[in-house]
Amino acid sequence: MQPLSNIESLLYFSPELLLVIFAVAVILVDLGVKNRESATVAYLSLIGVGCVFVAVLLTHGQLGDKDSISLFLGMIRLDAFSIFFKILLLLATAATILFSLRSEELDARLKGEYYALLLAITLGMFLMASSTNLLMIFISLETVSLTSYILAGFLTHNPRSSEAAFKYITYGAVASGTMLFGLSLLFGMTGTGDLGQISTALTELLASGEIYSLTVLIAIIFVLAGVGYKIASVPFHMWSPDVYEGAPIPITAFLSVASKSAGFALFIRFFYSGFGSSEVMQSVDWTLMLAIVSALTMTVGNLAALPQQNVKRLLAYSSIAHGGYLLMGGVLLTSEGIGAILFYLVVYLFMNLGAFYVVVLIANEEGSEMVEGYRGLASRAPLVAGAMAIFLFSLTGIPPFAGFFGKWLLFAAVLEQGYYWLAFVGLLNSVVSLYYYARIVKAMYLESADEETTPASFSTGTFALLSVFVIPTILIGFINIFYTFSNISVSVIPMQ
Amino acid sequence: MLLSLMIFIPLLGMITVLLLPRESEELVKRVALLFTLIPLALAVALFVSYDRSIAGTQYVVNVPWIEAFNIQYHIGIDGLSVTLLLLTALLGPICVIASWRNIEKGIKAYMALFLLLETGMLGFFAALDLFLFYVFFELTLLPMYFLIGVWGGPRREYAAIKFFLYTLFGSVLMLVAMIAVYLNSGASGARTFDIPTLITLAATEGHALNDLNFQIWVFLGFFIGFAVKVPIFPFHTWLPDAHVEAPTAISVILAGILLKMGTYGLVRVNMAMFPQGMDFFCNGTGTWGNSLAILGFINIVYGSFCALAQTDFKKLVAYSSIGHMGFVILGLAARNTEGVTGALLQMFNHGVISGMLFLLVGVLYDRAHHREINGFGGLGAKMPIYTGITTLAFMASLGLPGLSGFVGEALSLLGAYDKFKMLTILSTIGIVVGAAYFLWTLQRVFLGTLNPKYEALPEINGREILTLAPLGILTIVLGIWPNFAIDMFRESVTNLISVLEAI
Repeated sequence: MQPLSNIESLLYFSPELLLVIFAVAVILVDLGVKNRESATVAYLSLIGVGCVFVAVLLTHGQLGDKDSISLFLGMIRLDAFSIFFKILLLLATAATILFSLRSEELDARLKGEYYALLLAITLGMFLMASSTNLLMIFISLETVSLTSYILAGFLTHNPRSSEAAFKYITYGAVASGTMLFGLSLLFGMTGTGDLGQISTALTELLASGEIYSLTVLIAIIFVLAGVGYKIASVPFHMWSPDVYEGAPIPITAFLSVASKSAGFALFIRFFYSGFGSSEVMQSVDWTLMLAIVSALTMTVGNLAALPQQNVKRLLAYSSIAHGGYLLMGGVLLTSEGIGAILFYLVVYLFMNLGAFYVVVLIANEEGSEMVEGYRGLASRAPLVAGAMAIFLFSLTGIPPFAGFFGKWLLFAAVLEQGYYWLAFVGLLNSVVSLYYYARIVKAMYLESADEETTPASFSTGTFALLSVFVIPTILIGFINIFYTFSNISVSVIPMQ
Repeated sequence: MLLSLMIFIPLLGMITVLLLPRESEELVKRVALLFTLIPLALAVALFVSYDRSIAGTQYVVNVPWIEAFNIQYHIGIDGLSVTLLLLTALLGPICVIASWRNIEKGIKAYMALFLLLETGMLGFFAALDLFLFYVFFELTLLPMYFLIGVWGGPRREYAAIKFFLYTLFGSVLMLVAMIAVYLNSGASGARTFDIPTLITLAATEGHALNDLNFQIWVFLGFFIGFAVKVPIFPFHTWLPDAHVEAPTAISVILAGILLKMGTYGLVRVNMAMFPQGMDFFCNGTGTWGNSLAILGFINIVYGSFCALAQTDFKKLVAYSSIGHMGFVILGLAARNTEGVTGALLQMFNHGVISGMLFLLVGVLYDRAHHREINGFGGLGAKMPIYTGITTLAFMASLGLPGLSGFVGEALSLLGAYDKFKMLTILSTIGIVVGAAYFLWTLQRVFLGTLNPKYEALPEINGREILTLAPLGILTIVLGIWPNFAIDMFRESVTNLISVLEAI
């Protein structure tokens, strides 16, 4: 199908346009707000997210029975896959705004910028999920990166936050530089920036022997550096524990869920449409490389999480490990594998955001992010402790919680391809992860607080928001529609 | 419907208990008791109406659950599961009554978790879909972790996490095997988790599931998962810790039901679904041909000798459990009618007897606040009724003819003797040692001079007798008339043996 021209494309671009409009509106409104404690801008951005959500659903209607529509002369693509990720990202953004509203660590004077940046980063992630051109891919990646640097360093009074931002920039600059080099290699070999055309060109060039498969492999490795940095896979994960620990908790939650999801969207589209043709895969064996990266990522993440005393840092390492599990589904890029990734991302969104929300609550209550702060939580705040236990067991992958169903899909996809060793590594990692997740559960239930503390009181709104995460974490696995949903979103990614 | 009600009424009970106010402890206990008595009543109805003349499954419910993967909510019972289901329903209210006085904190959470545990156990024994089977298997993990970890003894945190990690390690291997079976069960879209279908497929010549090599590997995956639960040496080290730290009622469940989940899994999955894999490990020839029988033998002898060395009453009973589960393994390894009948009978009997033993240890602990065997003496004169019941349980456990323990062990050995002569003869050492440690304990605790510290030790009370009486009666009845139980699974065993012999 012929790509639409720039003007025609605008019709299908309403969600992104709305995000820009609301980002600007947040800044302008913020200028007029006198009371620094007022939450006007937060609610305004929440409304923005709601409007964008409706717009995304409308674009789904515009898609009709077409598989995909190529926009802006082939720069980005509107398909079920990108719509899936846009919905996921909006959920994460909405949750982050709500967390930020309740978080007490953010500077009230910088609210306008904060929410505007949050909307801007969502825009970048939208583009990451839909770009089909090398140039657009790089620009969207940089949009997200640059905004994340600022957000990570948002706690200006906290040196750790500044350190986080600095580390983030350093690693990010290296990673995107490397990726850019990989992209230029690809462009040099094929003479095009379009992923579909790259795939065709690579197939022909490899068949005719005009290029070495090693060159393609190097290009793939360099591209993986950029993507791996976004999804925090070994060996590009070093930034994430420090950034997660230093950044404000809502931003940590956002990075660990949304940034990772967008990274996976980009990864899947890039590898599936760029290098996914069987000819390319025959001459360049990048699947084994991915399998090893996946195994290393989950092992390193889990082992590093074991001794952590800071819950935020612990969840950061656990989030690295989850990146590893997710990558398993990407090995060999079968539609079962990708379906499993999408399903797991939905599950992961709810359980991980839920866990981070509890961290926000406890940080407000106790002023501490350490495991000791969770001692005796079961008697002080039974509902919060119960919710946290559910999130943690779901992250471990214990039935009947959704995390188990997600993991089972991933493992089934891996085993189907005969990667038995990878499945074993993954499962043993699940057992290891139980140990550190259970430490928090142990602190909450099996230990009592040092001194008699008064029962913590939380508002009804807190419990309502908490249940928004708890209920899906319990139920998603039992509901057929989610499996169908993620499968449909996969089935329409065109190879070309 | 009857079966579904039985499984999910405790879950409903959990929700009800959670909604009750925390202060009304008596009400919580009564509600919990009610919600365990209903499954018991249903179990009685099931016991009466259960058709003993057919080998197949009864009370079947089969509805689609997760259609994308052909996962069904498929439950039903046959001879292999019915006795254990009844035992679970019986131990439920007994454990609630046993927890009436000695759970000091958080009774509401305790009862809620206990009810959740009961749902997991009942569902596990009724599940006929491998995925459902696994979900229920894992569902017992979480409540058990908390029940040991929160209400246990001084080293409860260690015991709880050790139990959790060991079992999870076993079950992830089981998960791999389960997925492998699913993926090999047919072409994409036609795959199934349905246990009866899988059994048929595995017996079909030329099917991927029929391959010997494949069966050996998946057999091992499932076997390790179940072996941790039984527990089979060398996966047993969690058991003494868990038992010693767990509160009385939870020890009863652990020994009475949770260990049986392992052996039941071996029968339901390893034997019935992978008869060739089973044959590879039990045919008595080749390097691996004796391995299952050897493991059974090690369990019997090692468990018994360890029990002999214990001075902690509860640890002694825990190790004796390891020994007695060895007879089940030995009987299953024999793969003949006597052996399997003996194993199934032993599973039920051990559930009853070990339940009694742990309750009895609990009675003593509640009074003396320690379990050191050498710290007592002469209690026989002080607590005659307690001594009587304990003697009954000891005699049943050591295999005195006329009591239930004897029949199961004798049948297991009889079956095994046919196949593994030397190992069976050596295994009888376990029975001798068993008699030794029980009689020695009897002597140290109840005979001799009364320790003056325990002059004022009160006799066993009515509530405690209420928990012990049904189990005691069952021990005697099944000792005299074992057909009472055997009738329920005779046909299913015959059927299973014919499957095993068909390969």
